[in-house]
Amino acid sequence: MATYSTNDLRSGLKVMLDGDPCSILANELVKPGKGQAFARVKLRNLRSGRVWERTFKSGESLEAADVMEQDLEYSYTDGEFWYFMDPDSYEQYPADAKAVGDTHLWLKEQDRCEVTLYNGAPLSIAPPNFVELEIVETDPGLKGDTANGGSKPATLATGAVVRVPLFLSQGEIIRIDTRTGDYVSRASKS
Amino acid sequence: MSWQPGASGQIIAERAALLGKIRQFFLVRSVLEVDTPLLCSSGVTDPSIEPLTVEQGASLSAARYLQSSPEYAMKRLLAAGSGSIYQIAKAFRDGEVGPRHNPEFTLLEWYRLGYDHHQLMAEVAELICSCLGERQVQKFSYRELFVHFLKLDPFAAGIDQLRETARAHVDLSFDSDDRDLWLDLLMSHVVEPRLAAYSLCFVYDYPASQAALSRVVVRNGVDVGQRFELYVDGIEIGNGYCELTDVQEQARRFSADNEKREQLGLTEKPVDTRLLAAMQCGLPQCSGVAIGVDRLLMCLSGSTDIRGVLAFDWERC
Repeated sequence: MATYSTNDLRSGLKVMLDGDPCSILANELVKPGKGQAFARVKLRNLRSGRVWERTFKSGESLEAADVMEQDLEYSYTDGEFWYFMDPDSYEQYPADAKAVGDTHLWLKEQDRCEVTLYNGAPLSIAPPNFVELEIVETDPGLKGDTANGGSKPATLATGAVVRVPLFLSQGEIIRIDTRTGDYVSRASKS
Repeated sequence: MSWQPGASGQIIAERAALLGKIRQFFLVRSVLEVDTPLLCSSGVTDPSIEPLTVEQGASLSAARYLQSSPEYAMKRLLAAGSGSIYQIAKAFRDGEVGPRHNPEFTLLEWYRLGYDHHQLMAEVAELICSCLGERQVQKFSYRELFVHFLKLDPFAAGIDQLRETARAHVDLSFDSDDRDLWLDLLMSHVVEPRLAAYSLCFVYDYPASQAALSRVVVRNGVDVGQRFELYVDGIEIGNGYCELTDVQEQARRFSADNEKREQLGLTEKPVDTRLLAAMQCGLPQCSGVAIGVDRLLMCLSGSTDIRGVLAFDWERC
């Protein structure tokens, strides 16, 4: 595997650190006018999501991590794995619960997700920013109450529970911002 | 690719005004402005500074170095009897790019005959206040700061104590048996950020191993380099010395630098024999300081990135 010197570390590069793949977020040169140079590097551990700063001696080298981001289509789950497919090659990638985490709440069949592959296996899944999901359970809708700002909980087809306006009913399809988990609008009728 | 400048028109004008103020400051004090070459046959030997080298050209019989500071040439002028002098010069340091570094930058360097480093610090404070407005000035010795913030004596602490203290404060995985590396790490990662609480702060009397080109004297039973650094709002702005005038000692430091370069796998640098010859003839007792003009302009304009105060930073030219 290739190695990077601290001078080459740029935002977005993936490196191995303490046995885990990490993504470089920032690299700051710390260099007094007289004296040794250090690289203060901000990293995200791609396995745990932890963000922290580590200092390297200028010129230290780090092993590159075999990490790729790929757009894959979500297919189905068998309860143990969530299967993602490359729409061009039809190759299947099974992701375990650790890789999927809470993202399973936003996974709808045929949606494209950005999957981070580490040594060819899914490490983490980023859902689309917006998904459209059906309400499977909520209190009955209050007709005409569109102006009043009240809200109520609604359970979606994936099991996610979100706050929705009072006028929505069971069976309706709504649009959710997956970054915040907030209701955006009713889905446009297709 | 962008052709536009990275600095706003206002900051470009502030730079012009700042340079005007600096020249006025020295004019009224009868310090002579000088102008020395950027390309010289020898560069700096300091292992922590890499010069940029020019290797091609019909005028060159050997490689020449873009100067990392005008120090050596200015000391030759001092030895020739110039009296107190200053210069606003471009300087170059390879590999230094970041929010506070650009490989090509502007230095204000000046030398005062007969001053010790405390007298020069007082004048530096006057200059900085004349540029930035009145500021509270504080002075701490290097040792005081380490005792205060880290509860350790940087002159007495063993390498294990330095290493453990560094590891307690900073996440790192490398090791080293170089005391100065741990001191530099503690200074830059733990002490410096705390200096942001002081408006204008001098740190003086460094370990002899970090004396650079300053005179070493015995203070409280230990060898200290009569060197100082200036921090404004926690940003390192300048570095000064009560200058070493002893030619034998200067020659020893040059060869020690080159030995360290060899250990670190860096190329050895030719020693500036003209500087040594000048010192042999006699460098008058003086103190000198270099101030980063771009960083001073950052403080003046409230910029957090040096690219915002340079018309065209490294990526734009």
